[in-house]
Amino acid sequence: MFELLSSLPDSSLLSRIQFAFTVSYHIMFPTITIGLSLYIAIMEGLWLKTKNPVYLQQVKFWMKPFAVTFGMGVVSGVVLSYEFGTNFSEFSTIVGPVLAPLLAYEVLTAFFLEAGFLGIMLFGWNRVSPKVHFIATCTVAIGTVFSSFWILAANSWMHTPAGYEIVDGVFHPTSWLEVIFNPSFPYRLSHMLLATCLSASLLIAGIHAYYLLRKQHTEFAKVGFSFTMKAILILAPLQIVVGDFHGLNVAEHQPVKLAAMEGIWETEKGADLRLFAIPDQQQETNHYEVTIPKAASLIIKHDLDGEIAGLDQVAKEDRPPVPVVFFSFRIMLGLGGLMLLLGLAGWIARRRGRMFESKPLLTFSVLMIPAGVIATLAGWYVVEVGRQPWLVQGLVRTTDVVSPLPAQSVAFSLALFVTVYSILFITYVYFMRKLVRKGPATIESLLNDQSTHGQDEDLPATLNPAQVDVGYTQEMSDYIDAHNTDTRKGDH
Amino acid sequence: MDIALVYLLLIGFGILVYVLLDGFSLGVGILSPLLNTPEDKGLAMKSLAHLWDSNQTWLVFGGVVLFVAFPSVYSYVLSNLYIPIILMLIALIFRGVAFEFRFKADSSQKWWDISFAVGSTLATFCQGLILGALVGDMSSPKSLDEPLQWLTPFSIHTGVALVVGYALLGSCWLIRKTEDGLQQRVRMLAKVLLVGMLFFLAMVSVEMLLEQPAIASRWLDWPGNIWLAPMPLLTAFFAYKLWNLLNSEEEHSLKPLAYVMGLFATAFAGLVAGIFPYIIPGRLTIWDAIAPDKSVYFTLVGILIFIPIIIAYNVYNYKTFSGKTSLKDGY
Repeated sequence: MFELLSSLPDSSLLSRIQFAFTVSYHIMFPTITIGLSLYIAIMEGLWLKTKNPVYLQQVKFWMKPFAVTFGMGVVSGVVLSYEFGTNFSEFSTIVGPVLAPLLAYEVLTAFFLEAGFLGIMLFGWNRVSPKVHFIATCTVAIGTVFSSFWILAANSWMHTPAGYEIVDGVFHPTSWLEVIFNPSFPYRLSHMLLATCLSASLLIAGIHAYYLLRKQHTEFAKVGFSFTMKAILILAPLQIVVGDFHGLNVAEHQPVKLAAMEGIWETEKGADLRLFAIPDQQQETNHYEVTIPKAASLIIKHDLDGEIAGLDQVAKEDRPPVPVVFFSFRIMLGLGGLMLLLGLAGWIARRRGRMFESKPLLTFSVLMIPAGVIATLAGWYVVEVGRQPWLVQGLVRTTDVVSPLPAQSVAFSLALFVTVYSILFITYVYFMRKLVRKGPATIESLLNDQSTHGQDEDLPATLNPAQVDVGYTQEMSDYIDAHNTDTRKGDH
Repeated sequence: MDIALVYLLLIGFGILVYVLLDGFSLGVGILSPLLNTPEDKGLAMKSLAHLWDSNQTWLVFGGVVLFVAFPSVYSYVLSNLYIPIILMLIALIFRGVAFEFRFKADSSQKWWDISFAVGSTLATFCQGLILGALVGDMSSPKSLDEPLQWLTPFSIHTGVALVVGYALLGSCWLIRKTEDGLQQRVRMLAKVLLVGMLFFLAMVSVEMLLEQPAIASRWLDWPGNIWLAPMPLLTAFFAYKLWNLLNSEEEHSLKPLAYVMGLFATAFAGLVAGIFPYIIPGRLTIWDAIAPDKSVYFTLVGILIFIPIIIAYNVYNYKTFSGKTSLKDGY
């Protein structure tokens, strides 16, 4: 087989493609699970507080997509933790003393925390008290946030390195506070956490809107739809503000990236905002420009005649691939605009009392399901491709630190990853679709048994030892008797 | 105490915990094709559902602590053993997702059973290959740009040995977690696997002594070997006790697992004792490779604070799900 692969590109390019592919694949899953774990924790908290079983229904339903997505995130994340060493061995050797401790803290404070309490969160319903279960759910949510804290600290450091010295070509840390809280870290972390909350909100809102459109599980769907539409209304504008601050930070620390994002080839005063253009890396110009005069200077420098440095500030070989950065940036902004629009549309419909009936709103919401994940991916391409050709901004060139592997080995692994990840992605979407179609468990079945969800009901009784009664059932019956709601009728 | 030595102990601890914990999780997967009914397979898998993830985390822990303390070793080992490591990761992916999908599948359950079994076996075999390639590299360093330099008769033997060993760990875990017919079956399998493991352990040890003069002199030269003598004796003792337990009819569900873990621990200690103080056998000692002070001390604080906490809640997790596995627990 190795002989067949003789005319290959060099292993350095293949390693970079493989890392870009595996990291893009991985990031989709945490983008969903961080926000989703917060949603589940909030719903479980509301359930414990109000005893309204519809919140438990939310917890039980969303836990399944969460578990599947989380599993995908874990297995694809383990790959990344080893890929630094396998494919970027030189990078690991020289930058390891700064980055490795951050990754170690991620494992210690987050990875173990999530993995340790996930078992109780998913399978512990009959084995621990509701309060302990709630603590487990919150712990998993906190773990996901810690995880992003350390990963983004490490990533931000590569963009705006600080708190280090170079001894014999190796990076030594001098101040951990400066390494962790490097200049771009706060913006990057808040931008990412908002992105994941938005992505999860869009997913949840879209699925509930789908139920409302089909008039299925309506009482259930109203709760989730109403909650997440409020979340989107708050998060979308907030994200735009944070994104703007992040942009200012990029202008200060990575002006070449900013020039690529804006498609500005020559340093200019009163720069136009390119709404659309086709950047041409060879001729160093844009084709088919559509611009708003002076708007770029206004946005970035908050001054109509502010000077923006162009791509000409550095030599040709020190520029990132401009079209990738330019288009990814516009995809992210466009989707962000649509999110804001959805939030506003939901707000208007709510004020008119038509939030659960408005077909255009519900359809819009369904269409926006993947928007958060796509915007996040596009954002990462802006950030990561925009930093090229540097791996550590201004200090370490990507091509200098790739492992000197045989090209066949990397081609083999890349082909394997593409095949395996494609199969898994199809399977993942198939199972998510199946979970959505099946819908939430009815209130009755939650009342009768805390743990059954269809799949285990047909098993022989010998495999079902006596269950621990932890008192959910009584509480829920009381709630239903007291409120005498028609929740049960509405849920078919 | 010397910081390089502290980290060697920490990495050794991480790897040993990983081998013992994920060893039985992987072992259940290796064994699963030998179980009779789909219910038994489901039950075997379910006994791991709440812990496979946290067990596997020790692999990430071992890797990342190696990266912190000995970055040059981390990059040397990982890039040189590129293909077995990538294969191991892919196998772990198949195995991991099988847990999520199997219990939500209807018609495709069979495929997830295969994914679980093949993934577990391949991941284990690759770990054995990696171990064998590292130890075998000692006396005859090979060219690094050769894609298949890690594939030797010795590394294949260690690969097979580890598959048998993990399967034994897995069978003892299932003795603990199951009852009746299924327990009878794994008890029988455990006996066969114990014999197999002892055979491979002996074979790999002899090969190591024959091929690696440095290890041989440490084990065979008087009087140094007096310190190592307890290890083979302990191995024999644990094997004898385990054999007796497997043959007796009484219910003693935790002891077999404890003894087989003891077997693994002594074999591991013997291996480390043969290589010390090298971290890459024959090339780099731990003192050559240790990272800057500022990195290792900063991380050590975190390790000392968090490892006891992690162990505490992992123990809590095991306690919460103690007793025989029920297919009822779900979400």
